[in-house]
Amino acid sequence: MSFEPEVLERLERDAKEIIARYPKPRSALLPLLHLMQSEEGYISEHGIQLCADLLGITPAQVTGVVTFYTQYKQHPVGEYHVGVCINSLCAIMGGDQIWRELSEYVGVGHDEATEDGKVSLERIECNAACDYAPVMMVNWEFFDDMTPEKAKRLVDDLRAGKQVAPTRGAESVCSWKQASRVLAGFNDGRAGEGAQAGYASLRGLQLAKDSGWAAPEPERGAE
Amino acid sequence: MTTLTPILTKYWDRPDSFTRTAYEDDGGYKALRTALGMAQDDIVQAVKDSGLRGRGGAGFPTGMKWGFIPQGDGKPHYLVVNADESEPGTCKDIPLMMANPHALVEGVIISAYAIRANIAFIYVRGEVLHVIRRLQQAVAEAYEAGYIGADILGSGFDLELVVHSGAGAYICGEETALLDSLEGFRGQPRLKPPFPAVAGLYGGPTVINNVESIASVPSIVTNGADWFASMGTEKSKGFGIFSLSGHVTRPGQYEAPLGITLRELLDMAGGVRAGHRLKFWTPGGSSTPIFTDEHLDVPLDFESVGAAGSMLGTRALQIFDETTCVVRAVLRWSEFYAHESCGKCTPCREGTYWYKQMLKRLEQGQGSETDLDTLLDLSDNILGRSFCALGDGATSPVTSSIQYFRDEYIRHFETGGCPFDQAASTVWAGAKA
Repeated sequence: MSFEPEVLERLERDAKEIIARYPKPRSALLPLLHLMQSEEGYISEHGIQLCADLLGITPAQVTGVVTFYTQYKQHPVGEYHVGVCINSLCAIMGGDQIWRELSEYVGVGHDEATEDGKVSLERIECNAACDYAPVMMVNWEFFDDMTPEKAKRLVDDLRAGKQVAPTRGAESVCSWKQASRVLAGFNDGRAGEGAQAGYASLRGLQLAKDSGWAAPEPERGAE
Repeated sequence: MTTLTPILTKYWDRPDSFTRTAYEDDGGYKALRTALGMAQDDIVQAVKDSGLRGRGGAGFPTGMKWGFIPQGDGKPHYLVVNADESEPGTCKDIPLMMANPHALVEGVIISAYAIRANIAFIYVRGEVLHVIRRLQQAVAEAYEAGYIGADILGSGFDLELVVHSGAGAYICGEETALLDSLEGFRGQPRLKPPFPAVAGLYGGPTVINNVESIASVPSIVTNGADWFASMGTEKSKGFGIFSLSGHVTRPGQYEAPLGITLRELLDMAGGVRAGHRLKFWTPGGSSTPIFTDEHLDVPLDFESVGAAGSMLGTRALQIFDETTCVVRAVLRWSEFYAHESCGKCTPCREGTYWYKQMLKRLEQGQGSETDLDTLLDLSDNILGRSFCALGDGATSPVTSSIQYFRDEYIRHFETGGCPFDQAASTVWAGAKA
């Protein structure tokens, strides 16, 4: 199998733009792999071959990189890839229970997708949102303060094709392929959507304002 | 009493805080104009004088790092921002880049000018889609305004800035692994020396700084080194974002001078959740040895936390109350390190795997006190024996939990299982209490 000629032409055009960002072509490999995922949803053998051809390296060298990074999938994932944080803090705050109940409810395990191809599940490590634990991600958008019930409803909505809004992110979750394109470095114009900050991010600032606390004023004449 | 000092977080409550317009309204990009009128070495000196130390965990003096870049060597220099925030418990850079990406972008331009780099990269972890969008947008807006590109504001200084998404690997937060990853390889650490200042990206002189460090630079340029140094403690100057998470009434981000204590921060955050008490906590992420309620008054600066037997790290204060099984927490962290070990060095690759196997068994109550000695012996064979600090970090929760909670491990063996009710630790159990 290989890419259709018009797909190949488009990918090569995008790839050229990616490679041009870097002083050395090989630096483009990670974004190129995200680009492959934006086309196929995972890294296929011909995706690996194309990256190798574009950069003048071997498919083995590309494969070595693919297998190192967890975001590159070697088989198709769902249109909505759902992560449940099971690192210590989230696990203890309820992530373990969420995972157990959700996995049973959806009927798939770690790194598996539903038969309709809509949803896949992954046990993920810390995603830097600990003040909103337990945390889940859908196509790498934040779903904060989750519970088992909210998690099941979320997956039901995703499978039913309803628009789903992350807690801190764009107004609606985009598809896995669309998200991969952003990771490849192509701005989708949605940065302006959604809140600037979540409530927990603002707690210290709010308290400082309420208490009349501020950083010291600089002395006059300071550079 | 220490009070909060919102600086980086000051305008996060403005709904359009992430836009260039909002940032400029609030005084943004003035520091850039000031900096471009200064000699590069004077900026490096100001950052040295401020006492700013790396905010990514290690606490190396930022100005000194910049000073290691050889000048007049005719080679291209590189600035790389480490935005791969992944240390368990750490959640400060992500909200910063979400709400105020321009502070980082302005910091990048000033810092690149100071070290005479014409290309800079922001290496951001790939699992934070909306943060990546905000960074891409901020960089595009800065190009439009002529803050990045050729001949910035007529200064003759040229800079290209690339937002580069990672692909899911904790190890890429280690600076030399990050460089390998940015060069398009598996993210595995390099042996140091040579340090990146001498041979970094593409073998050229490279500065790698954490997001918060770089975002602090504009405030130093605008307000002066003395202003920055007026905050914090003698050897840990300035301010930092403290991230409270876990069994605390109001988890969140609290920006304060270094040297504030957990007791003070907990007061501000409403204390440990109602009806419960503090059991253990991490001062700076899972790689820093845990503390207990004995350490509530340790000043959270590099020296004091070090003297008390841990590390300030990333100020990631994960709070666990008495419902939490420490063995379970340590097991899960160990599973994390085993998953994230890059596999290059045997002590870390094999040691973290052993940790995982042993702790799984111990958590299920199938062990004896001899196993604790084996764990400590194993820790001795991991600590300090690999290229990077990942393995070292993996030993922290193991050795510190045995130090403070040996009895709890033994209770597992005596009862033949975990004596804790996992449901009692959840958020929803707290809501019902």
